Formats: sequence, C-alpha cells, structure tokens
Amino acid sequence: MCSGMSGIRDQYPGGGSMKSEKKWYDYLWIASAAYLILGFFNIMFAWLGLLCFFIPLLISVIKGNKGYCNRYCGRGQLFALLGGRFGLSRKKDIPGWMKSRWFRYGFLIFFFVMFFQMLWTTWLVFAGASDLHQTVKLLWTIRLPWNWAYHGTLIHEGMAQFAFGFYSVMLTSTILGLFTMVLFKPRSWCVYCPMGTMTQLICRVKNKEN
Amino acid sequence: MEQIRRKRRKAFVEEKACVACGCCAKVCPVSAISVWKGITAKVDQSKCVGCGKCAAECPASVISIREVEA
Ligand code: SF4
Ligand code: SF4
Ligand code: SF4
Repeated sequence: MCSGMSGIRDQYPGGGSMKSEKKWYDYLWIASAAYLILGFFNIMFAWLGLLCFFIPLLISVIKGNKGYCNRYCGRGQLFALLGGRFGLSRKKDIPGWMKSRWFRYGFLIFFFVMFFQMLWTTWLVFAGASDLHQTVKLLWTIRLPWNWAYHGTLIHEGMAQFAFGFYSVMLTSTILGLFTMVLFKPRSWCVYCPMGTMTQLICRVKNKEN
Repeated sequence: MEQIRRKRRKAFVEEKACVACGCCAKVCPVSAISVWKGITAKVDQSKCVGCGKCAAECPASVISIREVEA
C-alpha cells in the first residue's frame, strides 16, 4: 500500500492539473476571460453573462446538484489557473469569518440588493425617467467611464443600461475574486461567491424534500 | 502488513463548513472525494490514499488529513 502512495506522488509532481484526460468543459475559463474582454469593446456582450446566472440555477433546481460549480464554471477555472499554474496566490487559509454562514449569506443578500438596485436603474432608463449612464460601476461605488464600448442599440437604451450594470456586477466580482485569490487560495472566491452559496442553498432545500 | 497496528492517512471533510465547490474532486488522483448532492464533499475512505492534494486545494480549508488505524 505504501508503494502505491508514493507511486501516486511520483505520478503527479508539484500539483497543478491532475487528471490526464481534459474534457471540453475544462476550457470554459477561456469563455470567462473572453467575456470580460468583449465587454471592453462592446458592452452589449455583457448580456451573455446571464448564462452564468441561469445555468447554475437551472442545474441546481432541476438536477439538485452543483454541477455548474463542480464542472462548468469558467470563472472558478480562471482563478485556479491564475492562482495555481501562474502562482499568483499566497495559498494561505481564508480567515474563518469569511467562510462563516453569516458572511456567506450576508454577502449573498448584499449582492442581491445591489443587483436589484441595478435593475431599478435599468428600469428608470426604460421608463424614460433617467438618462443612460455609459459607465461601469466598480465595487458598487467607483464610476469608470466606459463610453468607448457603447455603439448604440437597436431596441432601447435601457438594454444598454442593463448591459453596463451587468458588466459592472461581473467586473466587480472578478476583482474581488482576484483580490482574495492573491491573498488566500486561488479559488477563495468560491467560498463567498453568491451563485455558489445560492446553488448550495437550493440543493440543501431540494434534497431535504426528497 | 509487517506491523500489527498500522497508521494510514485519510482525508476528512468538515461537512458543515464545506461550500461544495468541488475543487477537491478536481485534483484527487484516485477520485476518492466528490460532492454529494450539491451540499458537501464526501470522502470514500476505502479509496483515499491520504495524499493531501484535496486539502491543499480546498479554498475554504475544511479538509484535514488525519492518521487512522488501518
Ligand atoms: S462558487 Fe461561484 S465561482 Fe466558484 S465554481 Fe461556483 S459559480 Fe463558479
Ligand atoms: S487525500 Fe488525496 S486521495 Fe484522499 S481524497 Fe484527498 S486528494 Fe483524494
Ligand atoms: S474543495 Fe473544500 S469546500 Fe470545496 S467541495 Fe471540496 S471540501 Fe468542500
């Protein structure tokens, strides 16, 4: 048995990717990176980010598992790659309070409140009560000019407002994720990621029913 | 088995604090750990070789490697 153990160690030196056969979904980090880049050139691409909202929710509601996190999430893969392969992480333990339910659920609620505020801003533009802000709001506070990525819209300016708002959400969470990746372990974001917390919650409820 | 009492290293998950991200399952060389019903990771103790890769990877650091009587 001991020889078996060292055999495995020899086979996989220095960490990094373990399993030899990579599947197509192991490359979804490219899609996540591309998403952020595309939004830099044309903000309307931000709409695609809705996939990262609906797919995990649908998987957890229908199948009752976290298949999205466990397999398909490109963002998690991106952090694993940058923090792991590229070594951009101290690989320290995350502080206890950040993995407490208080913080995780608290962050989820905060995230939702901010999300609805974003929807409200979008609604105001749709209703004609407010002008389109061609800005990306970073960390819910800093407004960055982003007008170069706006090339007009066929339907309504509100569509663009949603795109700006949604891109702000995605960029903000990426920045938070990168920050905690550097400070703690590569995928520290997954500890307090609202989608991760929410899908786990759905699985808890759903699997209790059965 | 030359010794009567052998110690072996196995992974243990603090299930209440697990966020079910599945990072551990991705790195386990023998597929001994997997996410159960989207709630928590669970270790198949018969497969686990105690290499500690999952524990190093776990972003929440909720896996510990402990010695158990074999
Ligand atoms: S917790 Fe969030 S970032 Fe991590 S794998 Fe799940 S959805 Fe992706
Ligand atoms: S200690 Fe090694 S063999 Fe055991 S579950 Fe973790 S990664 Fe797999
Ligand atoms: S890596 Fe850690 S937190 Fe994520 S599923 Fe495995 S044990 Fe749970």
